[in-house]
Amino acid sequence: MSAELNSAVERPRMPIRLTVNGRVVETEIEPREMLLDFLRDRLGLTGAKRSCDVQVCGACTVLLDGVPVSACCTLAYEARDRKVTTIEGLEVDGKLHFLQEAFISNTAVQCGFCTSGMILTVSSLLEENPQPTREEIRAHLRGNLCRCTGYWNIFEAIETAIEQQEEGRSE
Amino acid sequence: MLGVFEIHEPETAQDASTLLAKHGWEATVYAGGTELLVLMKEGLVHYPHLVNIKTVPGLDGITVDTANNSLEIGSLATHRQLETSETVKERLPLLAEVEATVANVRVRSAGTIGGNLCFAEPHSDPATFLMAWGATLELTRGDGSRQVAIEDFFVDLFETAREEDEILTGIKLPLLADTTGGYEKFTTHERPTACVATVLQMKDGAIDDARLSVGSVGPVPIRVPEAEGTLRGEQPSDALFEAAAEHAHDAADAVGDIYGSANYKRHLVRVLTARALNKAVAQAGRKG
Repeated sequence: MSAELNSAVERPRMPIRLTVNGRVVETEIEPREMLLDFLRDRLGLTGAKRSCDVQVCGACTVLLDGVPVSACCTLAYEARDRKVTTIEGLEVDGKLHFLQEAFISNTAVQCGFCTSGMILTVSSLLEENPQPTREEIRAHLRGNLCRCTGYWNIFEAIETAIEQQEEGRSE
Repeated sequence: MLGVFEIHEPETAQDASTLLAKHGWEATVYAGGTELLVLMKEGLVHYPHLVNIKTVPGLDGITVDTANNSLEIGSLATHRQLETSETVKERLPLLAEVEATVANVRVRSAGTIGGNLCFAEPHSDPATFLMAWGATLELTRGDGSRQVAIEDFFVDLFETAREEDEILTGIKLPLLADTTGGYEKFTTHERPTACVATVLQMKDGAIDDARLSVGSVGPVPIRVPEAEGTLRGEQPSDALFEAAAEHAHDAADAVGDIYGSANYKRHLVRVLTARALNKAVAQAGRKG
């Protein structure tokens, strides 16, 4: 839209410091930059996907201080002095997160476009509620749409992962 | 990409108001951004100056004012805060339930109650509920504050009684004894197609006072005095609720759009009104 809007205008820039997947990033941004563009185009982190682009579908979900947000409709400015976690940041020392393992072993992936959003959203739920009911999982995932409609295996994967975590803890 | 803009970071609501007055139509308030940024992305609006009121401390509190027996909500409280707040769950659980169903968890985490009201998007859950509950809004500018009843706040689609240089700073809800309520909606998209909220004050098993509001179907949420008058002083019964629902159906200022035709929405209002009333009395455990 903005060619004529922008041409004669001075483009303000601002310094920003944030932590992305445990790594400190210091750079300059324009206030109008979206977090999704910043992560994908400037940091090369393409795990967060652009799909609906109006914060309905959840494909662009990232965690901002542990809270899921739609990166497509969040200004990069909002991440200033905060911690961003993308799907690339869930693995630790080359070892996948247990939810990632569960999605693989339960074939909870079809085209894969919704997967990173699904996993990040559920991981944030488990932080506050380690043993959610299926109803609670469904309510939390209401804004994460699977365009292949493969929800069943996704719920199976999540519930299996939670059970295995629980068994692991009690051993 | 969005058009170019500058972000301002005021430290007080008065400073924010001064910035808005200074930049006039070129400026708008920025808080959660869940409504504003989508419209800016679509190219429907552009503001060269965004006044970020999240830098104003103390606007996101949720507290009980015991002297006035009211719940005081800062305009920057997010939907998610209201959904999970122990204070809200204890003192006004229906508000927590309503907030838990707003959009999705990402929108609820970023979006603020104040932004939702000021944006005046007609399909708002909190607006309809707060109208039934009799909320009062506090609008602040450089030279002071004023209180506005929520019924006087919504003027039209995306239009409120807030002046351009006013900041919505707080929302006050009365905490009344013997009060019960119900909220029902029908949703196929992210936002409700139709929603109905009711608040009943019960006395000896009868409805002492009633408030009922209808939202999402027309440009602004409305109260339905005819339905309220029908309910007042009566014993709860299916026939009574059907009569009230008929009034709500007739009063609903429904507009046909992508969510459904006007007739369909009015039909939903009738069904949802009876459900909300039944839920309210079931909650009170007093249906005779």
